[in-house]
Amino acid sequence: MAFLNEVAKKKEGLVNGHRLCPGCTHSIIVRQIMAAAETEKYDIVAASATGCFEVSTGLYPYTSWNIPWIHNAFENVASTISGVEAMYKALKKKGKIDKDIRFIAIASDGGTYDIGLQALSGAIERGHRFLYICNDNNAYQNTGNQRSGATPFAANTTTSPNGSVIHGKTQSQKDIMSILEGHHMKYLAQASPSNWRDLMNKVKTALDVDGPTYINIIEPCTTGWGFPPDQAINMAQLAVDTCVWPIYEVVEGKVKINYKPKTKLPVEEYLKPQKRFAHIFKKGNEGLLEEFQAQIDRRWNWLLKREESGIGY
Amino acid sequence: MADKLLNWNEVLIGATIKDPGNSKNYETGSWRVEKPIWNPDTCINCMFCWVYCPDSAIKVDEKGNMAGIDYDHCKGCGICVEQCPSKPKSLAMILEANAKNKTEEDLRKELFSK
Repeated sequence: MAFLNEVAKKKEGLVNGHRLCPGCTHSIIVRQIMAAAETEKYDIVAASATGCFEVSTGLYPYTSWNIPWIHNAFENVASTISGVEAMYKALKKKGKIDKDIRFIAIASDGGTYDIGLQALSGAIERGHRFLYICNDNNAYQNTGNQRSGATPFAANTTTSPNGSVIHGKTQSQKDIMSILEGHHMKYLAQASPSNWRDLMNKVKTALDVDGPTYINIIEPCTTGWGFPPDQAINMAQLAVDTCVWPIYEVVEGKVKINYKPKTKLPVEEYLKPQKRFAHIFKKGNEGLLEEFQAQIDRRWNWLLKREESGIGY
Repeated sequence: MADKLLNWNEVLIGATIKDPGNSKNYETGSWRVEKPIWNPDTCINCMFCWVYCPDSAIKVDEKGNMAGIDYDHCKGCGICVEQCPSKPKSLAMILEANAKNKTEEDLRKELFSK
């Protein structure tokens, strides 16, 4: 029997009835994570930072979670899960708990790249055993598309609007993977919901690592990015095929690219269907497109070289 | 709202919710503008619709095969239709307004007979 049929039979960690937009990839990602994480070997406990996902799955008196789940505040999901993990360790030492439990923290880019960065850095440095997932939707989409550290170059948001002088965000996206690599973690990865098999394998690998792990996942946002809801998975696939979102993992400093597109598509293919980049294709803005492509190429070539060198620490 | 609101003395400390997954009782099917229709004759049970459905609205039977669509929760985003790999596609969208007062059998004939 096919792999997915086996997975589909299991109990779901996240149930329906949540209030996410139609075509939102947040729940697709978390369903894929839960499908991979829920086994007979261990139980899962999750925490969420404030964001689209938290407000729509934990709308009191309802919860969409079929597993123990905690929400605290925007900036401290990593600290919250550290506390839960520390309590579990203490109880286990005293013999009050004999189950094997693994911990997952789920946040969006606002709660990871900007607001939650110091909590995340601290938790990783202390060496708690947890998996941190960042669903990167490129802006603060929960409050209506304000720019964040994850917003790409030239994107039009409400706080970096396209005007007659400045066209969208002037800075480029923060490279969170390199920031976290500086903590010398054992396992970091970048994934996309369009490649579900790769994503599920990464979640399984990360949960087996004894220590902090991180997975960065692209999360196309139909309302903020401005594309029809049915195109959500295609957008994630285009991001991967244009190398805007390379799928790779860093195992003890060694880079491994898990998917190399057969033909690397030009970034236009990814930018054109999105309304937030509509101004790039207007007359007189050709420079923006070239700059975007140059940034993507630089990063992709850097990754290729790092993989080739095979240097770890 | 499906349930009665809790009294102040019934609310648990820390606003804990004691029934996991109780949002199942909240139906989001009314959000739908377009409705997906499934054709079991051409379906290959690859479950791509299941893995890409944001609302867990693909029903699964005990063998892990596709068993239909949960119209109480489907928000009609159309990702399942877009990602269906079978040729011809085993899922198609129809406007809710055009699907009114028609049985699923009729809709299947209308959409998949060509």
